[in-house]
Amino acid sequence: MTRYSRYWTAFLTIFTKELLRFTRIWLQTILPPAITTTLYYIIFGNLIGSRIGEMDGFSYIDFIVPGLILMAVITNSYSNVVSSFFSSKYQHHVEELIISPVPNWIILAGYVAGGVSRGVLVGVTVTAVSLFFTDIQVQSYGWTLMVFVLTAILFSLAGFINAVYANSFDDITIVPTFILTPLTYLGGVFYSINMLPEFWQQVSLANPILYMVNAFRYGLLGVSDISMVAALGIVVLFILALTTFSLMLLSRGIGIKT
Amino acid sequence: MNALAISDLRKVYKNGFEALKGIDINVAEGDFFALLGPNGAGKSTAIGIISSLVNKTSGQVEVFGHDLDKDPEAVKSCIGLVPQEFNFNMWERIGEIVVNQAGFYGIPRKEAWRRAEASLKQLDLWDKRNQMSRTLSGGMKRRLMIARALVHRPKLLILDEPTAGVDIEIRRSMWAFMSELNAQGTTIILTTHYLEEAESLCRNIAIINQGRIVENTRMDQLLRQLHTETFVLNLRDPLADLPGLDGFQLKRLDEQRIEVAINSDQSINHLFEQLTNKGVGITSMRNKQNRLEQLFINMLENSRNGAAQ
Ligand SMILES: Nc1ncnc2c1ncn2[C@@H]1O[C@H](COP(=O)(O)OP(=O)(O)OP(=O)(O)O)[C@@H](O)[C@H]1O
Ligand SMILES: [Mg+2]
Repeated sequence: MTRYSRYWTAFLTIFTKELLRFTRIWLQTILPPAITTTLYYIIFGNLIGSRIGEMDGFSYIDFIVPGLILMAVITNSYSNVVSSFFSSKYQHHVEELIISPVPNWIILAGYVAGGVSRGVLVGVTVTAVSLFFTDIQVQSYGWTLMVFVLTAILFSLAGFINAVYANSFDDITIVPTFILTPLTYLGGVFYSINMLPEFWQQVSLANPILYMVNAFRYGLLGVSDISMVAALGIVVLFILALTTFSLMLLSRGIGIKT
Repeated sequence: MNALAISDLRKVYKNGFEALKGIDINVAEGDFFALLGPNGAGKSTAIGIISSLVNKTSGQVEVFGHDLDKDPEAVKSCIGLVPQEFNFNMWERIGEIVVNQAGFYGIPRKEAWRRAEASLKQLDLWDKRNQMSRTLSGGMKRRLMIARALVHRPKLLILDEPTAGVDIEIRRSMWAFMSELNAQGTTIILTTHYLEEAESLCRNIAIINQGRIVENTRMDQLLRQLHTETFVLNLRDPLADLPGLDGFQLKRLDEQRIEVAINSDQSINHLFEQLTNKGVGITSMRNKQNRLEQLFINMLENSRNGAAQ
């Protein structure tokens, strides 16, 4: 058993565990985002959207599709990791991992891979629903998938960090409610930031979700409020920063060891 | 080589409590070692540090020559841990728990199932492999943790009160199981509050109290230190008044039972002679306390008095 085959087995074990965890309860994990998005399309797309008119040259429903899909990816990858890792702390079975000769980056990779799988699976489901309600032509499948994966990685990491610091089930809902949801809604999901006054446009540029929504909109529709290189660069930068931070938390044992 | 070498290990918890005040412990390879001490002494803290669950404040830990700071993976690979508290997923199946633990150690799934089958069968849990772990009884949960700890065939097995809440029949089978493992070469460190368990299983012993080692020696040597043993005598006939004896202090427990302390330089024959002369008939006798228990209590009293001065 070489070191790296040992690591690979450990990674597969964590990843498979995560995969089974959310697919077994698909009624709670995969189905709800599909239903919510359908409701969004009916209400904002058809009922209200028809009165809004065009945005950036697209019908309103087509314009909000990328944001809605990405919102589902974000919340699902985040909540998968935060609830799974927190419950492993809460029930103490995280100790099974800590006493094992698994390096921290494998632990992190295993949990993130689980979150990414759920994010991408939900993203694909919601995209399928979207294609049913709209007549969008996907501009670039490669780009679309890349944004899916990068977004899911970023928010899996964020969910992980939230779980590390959480001491109660309340703590794992506070961040999504008070930070994630506002950032998502203000990240240009439902509007183009060109509509905002100059000042709020500048403020919006500090919101990482804005870059993802726009990068994703570019993949689906071929339009964006901002430069693609900047969008990609910023997302990758955030991923690197959160990865470093997560590994630091793990190596210090914060929230896990006493 | 030592299976475990700890030197000057200290632990101060975040709230400022000093749980370990610089302890040294050496456990030889192949040993069956008892780590004893009253509630809150620091046993689980020490075990937590050895198994990477607790960060140490200072000091050194080596397991089979691997330094915990320099090569934690090598240290972890050597150790199997049965913790004091249940720490498995209550919503996971018994078989999966053991197989996944093997997976974390890098054992591929097929081999992991083979090993899980062996260790679950040894602990009489194989038939329950598809049950959720929360459906097990307390004693079964303890055995599940033992099966899980053995799946990667550790050279050093650390058991933190494995027999707590386990019925006597299963406790006996666990003793036989642990002895067998030890005979096959696994070094074992055991904590327990059943001192007869430690006395009958372990060859070496460390006693820890309030974060300090108060005794660390061979079990047989320790037992030899016992200067006084107290016996309870059951009398044939009810006794109204205690007879005065030469050199022995009797204590009346009830009408038909008396207690007597015998020093190691006295002889029991001498006691019986006197009792026979006074017409007191004895039907049976027993040790008031298990010998280790008596030593243990003396020792804790001494260390408490020492601390008070
Ligand atoms: N996380 C913690 N924070 C602060 N103090 C702690 C923590 N964990 C343990 N302690 C304290 O450290 C001391 C030693 O605890 P430990 O669990 O090591 O005792 P023990 O010898 O295993 O006792 P027992 O026989 O009851 O299991 C106790 O006083 C305990 O209250
Ligand atoms: Mg303890």
